[in-house]
Amino acid sequence: MEQLLEILEELHPEVDFESCETLIDDKILDSFDIISIISEVNDVFDVTISAEYIIPDNFNSAKALYALIEKLEDEE
Amino acid sequence: MLFTSYDFLGFILVLFVLYYIVPKKFQWPLLLGFSYIFYFLADPTYLIYIGITTVTVYLLGCKIEQFREEQSAYLKANKEVLSREDKKLYKNKIKSKQWKYLLIALFINIGILAVLKYTNFAISNVNSIMGLLGSDKQFGFLDLALPMGISFYTFQSVGYIIDVYRGTCKAEKNIFKFALFVSFFPQLVQGPISRFSQMAETLYQEHSFDAKNVCYGLQRILWGFFKKLVIADRILTAVNEIIRNPDEYAGAYVFVGMMFYALELYADFTGGIDVTIGVAEVLGIRLAENFNRPFFSKSIKEYWNRWHITMGTWFTDYIFYPISVCGPMLKLSKFSRKKLGENLGKRVPIYLSSFTVWLATGIWHGASWNFVVWGLGNWVVIMVSQELEPLYAKFHARFHLQSNRYFQFFQVIRTIFIMSCLRSFDCYRNVPVTFKMLGTMFTTWNWNILWDGSLMQLGLTMTDYLILLAGTILLIAVSMIQRKGKVRDQIAACPYAVRVAIWYGLFLVVLLTGVYGIGYEASQFIYNQF
Repeated sequence: MEQLLEILEELHPEVDFESCETLIDDKILDSFDIISIISEVNDVFDVTISAEYIIPDNFNSAKALYALIEKLEDEE
Repeated sequence: MLFTSYDFLGFILVLFVLYYIVPKKFQWPLLLGFSYIFYFLADPTYLIYIGITTVTVYLLGCKIEQFREEQSAYLKANKEVLSREDKKLYKNKIKSKQWKYLLIALFINIGILAVLKYTNFAISNVNSIMGLLGSDKQFGFLDLALPMGISFYTFQSVGYIIDVYRGTCKAEKNIFKFALFVSFFPQLVQGPISRFSQMAETLYQEHSFDAKNVCYGLQRILWGFFKKLVIADRILTAVNEIIRNPDEYAGAYVFVGMMFYALELYADFTGGIDVTIGVAEVLGIRLAENFNRPFFSKSIKEYWNRWHITMGTWFTDYIFYPISVCGPMLKLSKFSRKKLGENLGKRVPIYLSSFTVWLATGIWHGASWNFVVWGLGNWVVIMVSQELEPLYAKFHARFHLQSNRYFQFFQVIRTIFIMSCLRSFDCYRNVPVTFKMLGTMFTTWNWNILWDGSLMQLGLTMTDYLILLAGTILLIAVSMIQRKGKVRDQIAACPYAVRVAIWYGLFLVVLLTGVYGIGYEASQFIYNQF
């Protein structure tokens, strides 16, 4: 989780990713941010987040995104 | 059948009455019947194309869903015996079968759209190239009819089958219900591009007569008519005069034309969508909103999040994301970061995907180089502002202007101006003429036309200008009020006399100042041609 928080904080240092649960709903992350995150996650966790997983539920909070990474790690 | 014609008013009136008279289980079949009649009246041959799209997407969607159900049953039945590796292999096998069916659906439907919409564009380019190479041979153009709303219903259907493939929505098993999703007549003309998962919630439901829904829907239709008939169709005369005679109207006229076109397009497109959403609302059906006060945007990127929202999200979900996160793009991301450095390198794939999206957006809007340049122009502006972000950050850290209202006003005006410049590619007959006319704004110094009476020669009278001025002020005022919530809710909370004055007043304004009537042909909605 810490590695993921590092990735997110590098993009938006002003956001409290540990508590924020409306990253997409409140338009804090845009489509460019999402692609940057996916690319970093691919590097750090060796997990590929394909387009079908890019839905608000998976990106609204760091916790949800981490759960997705764990799920994909498990599947791979 | 134009939304602003008497025929359409009669058509929806009959539908509204029947819709609430028939037994509720017949409501959605009634809508299907009316949608097909609407399409048939436009041109019976169009039915062939919408029929092919409906049947192919329906069948292939069901097939993809069937594989998913088989997979789920197989994995459940063999839960104990299958190893993790076996399950993975099996899932991959199923996915690859589903992929094949998805490809067939995309090939057929995007193929139909591409052939009908772009064949003559391709022929004209081939002819130009052959001419440049000195050949006398020229290919003739094909007589291809572009069915009404084909771009909209094709995108909607393609979005549906991709969602079924991704598993984010279940395939509709009833072909007639699916046919209604594809052909629902209010949105055939110019969208919005709905998602099945959202629209299905209310499209097939049984609806009881709800006075509030009906009232709100009718109010929205009236507001749409106001925008279209009082503003868009009135200012159209001046816009056409300027853009069709570039030799006569240069310099400040180009600026005037750009601003008038911005107003026309806004009133036309949002007015049409108001009618669409209003008709659906009377029927108890919820459609996605397509606009969020776009002319209050402070950047082009923000503008595109607030203008034609359903098209923007469609391109993001079904083109931008799949390209950006595909294997080769992730490899390119790694490579470019290694070679160009972390900061620039990670933006390369994003910029490439955006390029594709904006090229597609341009081509989707029309088969001409004007739209290609328009699309790529948007891409350039967005990418340049993205690259300048660090500079903006430094500027704001130094001057603290981000929350300054005057600075925000400047940002809004800047966005309107840039978007208007880009939009002029929709207007002039070709790309060189557009560049030339934009250039004359800086070379032909004739700004005196703004006050010396020259604008009276554009086909509009002083009364027209006063109506347009009042209409524009009303549009801005309504947009400001929208910031506090739904305008209709706020009006509904007013005393009876005020409500009556507002709605009957608006009705009278449309009746008395709308551009329509016997002998007058109301113009088609601009987005209908897309």
